[in-house]
Amino acid sequence: MSTLASVVEGRPATGPRAARGARRGRRRGQGWVAWLFAAPAIVAYTLFVLVPLVRTVQYSFYEWDGIGPSPWVGFDNYVRVFTDPELSGTIVNAFQLIVFFSGIPVLFGLAIAATIRRIATSRLAAVARVVLFVPQVIPLVAAGITWSWLMASDGLVNQLLSAIGLGGVTRAWLGDFATALPAVGVIGAWVLLGLCTLLLLAGMSKIDPALYEAARIDGAGPLREFFSITVPSLRQEIGVCVTVTVIAALASFDIIYIATQGGPGNTTMVPGLEIYYQAFVERQVGVASALAVVLVVLVLVCVLPIQRLTREQS
Amino acid sequence: MIVGRREAWTGRAFLVLLMLVTIVPFVSLFFTALHPSGTYPAGLDWPSQPQWSNFVTAFDAAHMGELLTSSVLIVLGVVPVSLLLATMAGFAVGHLRMVGRRPVFLMFVLGLTLPYEGIITPLYYQVRDMGLLNSRWAIILPLIGLFMPFGVFWMRAHFVNVPGELSEAAQIDGANTWQQFWRVHVPLAMPAISSLAILLFLWTWNQFLLAIVLVDDPAKRTMAGALGAFQGQWGTDIPLLCAGSLLVLAPTLIVFLIFQRRFVAALLQGSLKG
Repeated sequence: MSTLASVVEGRPATGPRAARGARRGRRRGQGWVAWLFAAPAIVAYTLFVLVPLVRTVQYSFYEWDGIGPSPWVGFDNYVRVFTDPELSGTIVNAFQLIVFFSGIPVLFGLAIAATIRRIATSRLAAVARVVLFVPQVIPLVAAGITWSWLMASDGLVNQLLSAIGLGGVTRAWLGDFATALPAVGVIGAWVLLGLCTLLLLAGMSKIDPALYEAARIDGAGPLREFFSITVPSLRQEIGVCVTVTVIAALASFDIIYIATQGGPGNTTMVPGLEIYYQAFVERQVGVASALAVVLVVLVLVCVLPIQRLTREQS
Repeated sequence: MIVGRREAWTGRAFLVLLMLVTIVPFVSLFFTALHPSGTYPAGLDWPSQPQWSNFVTAFDAAHMGELLTSSVLIVLGVVPVSLLLATMAGFAVGHLRMVGRRPVFLMFVLGLTLPYEGIITPLYYQVRDMGLLNSRWAIILPLIGLFMPFGVFWMRAHFVNVPGELSEAAQIDGANTWQQFWRVHVPLAMPAISSLAILLFLWTWNQFLLAIVLVDDPAKRTMAGALGAFQGQWGTDIPLLCAGSLLVLAPTLIVFLIFQRRFVAALLQGSLKG
């Protein structure tokens, strides 16, 4: 019987033969063969991600329109990113979107998952698991178009508001200077809520039910249970939800492109879309690249602390 | 587990409410798509004469047949190659424990949080210089590179848990590393590979930014990318736009419903691992 078969069947490979194999394996693994395996992925990644990334940094120090000469301008582009309200405003908008893209899905997701937890194994929950994922499965632009229609002057949102007597509040949500950004935020929240709820629910099902029963016996009510047991146990899952949603907010492009194109005025302009406009419409490659670098750094600055705070110490 | 009846019903109510909030937008889209072209129907309103022909009109106007083909071609170009590259690299880093695996892995992890907008500008000029602008390769090749961080991360997570004895046993039986890889490890990694395949399929099909920047011809884009052009052309004809949107989101929806369980598991694990 081959050694392979014995390993697969779970019987320990015995004695000196195994030891010799182990030593040989260790030596073999450190050879150049491993590099051959990793090389194609490294090449693809370097060519289409790392090289462009370095080039973005390079472009950010020049002024270029994509065709003509490119004079060196040092940090001028970066100064412009932080002082020109059209550009710095996009960063402010992105942070405001975090409130909607992250805040709503995580907080509501927690509350809903906690409420659903007890029926997490029912057939209804199984159906819900499929339904709640649909927003994650469709293209973001489709979500954008759908909600553009829902939030139009005579769209469903206004129809419902009128139906419950709030007819005075109705407006074109995405076209109004004051409500456009929150409206975009709502679209993002809708896309991400299902994912967060399900992630948190999955995490909750891993919590030892004995903890809850002990709390029950001690007389703890549902709120107490929630804050003392549920939330602390979900640190890693909450970390993942926050990370995914923050990145979605900061790097948002598709939804805003299709729903408002950054308007009205500049109220919904986000860094991702501004980079696109600066590079391909305004032909300001240097400025676009500076903003791109700032965006990449911003994402890292936001995500790394979250990871640090919520990673399990294992 | 003792479940209070009231709690179970509150839970059910919330769940139903949440599902409604998720579904109603699509229902509204569907109802609107059935209205006569050029009208502005109000919210949720079943039309007196459903215009099923709108779907046909949208299909033709947007050349959906070409779009479907284009998206399928792009997916076929991206997913198999990405799977192969990521599995091989994950194998090297996670199982073969190559020299320098830590810096290499770190290099990939850095790319996990990279927004595509961070590199889209030079990517455009790079693809232009390669002469690939406006072709499907303009989307395929960069996507393969962009999927490497997550792919390698995902496959490494699998391979790290595979015991070394398996390789050693195969070695003793005379297999070289390549044969070990194909005959032993890839079959074993099939669940991880198929989950990754699902995620990559989704992300490729729904890719928008790369499609609209690097490809001008809507017929060579992804379906999501072409929707942008569709909105530009038919933006004022709401029922037609809604019909077109439904047609664009139908493929992923159908694939999702067929492979539900795999999808949900993959998306959940994908977020947790990423």
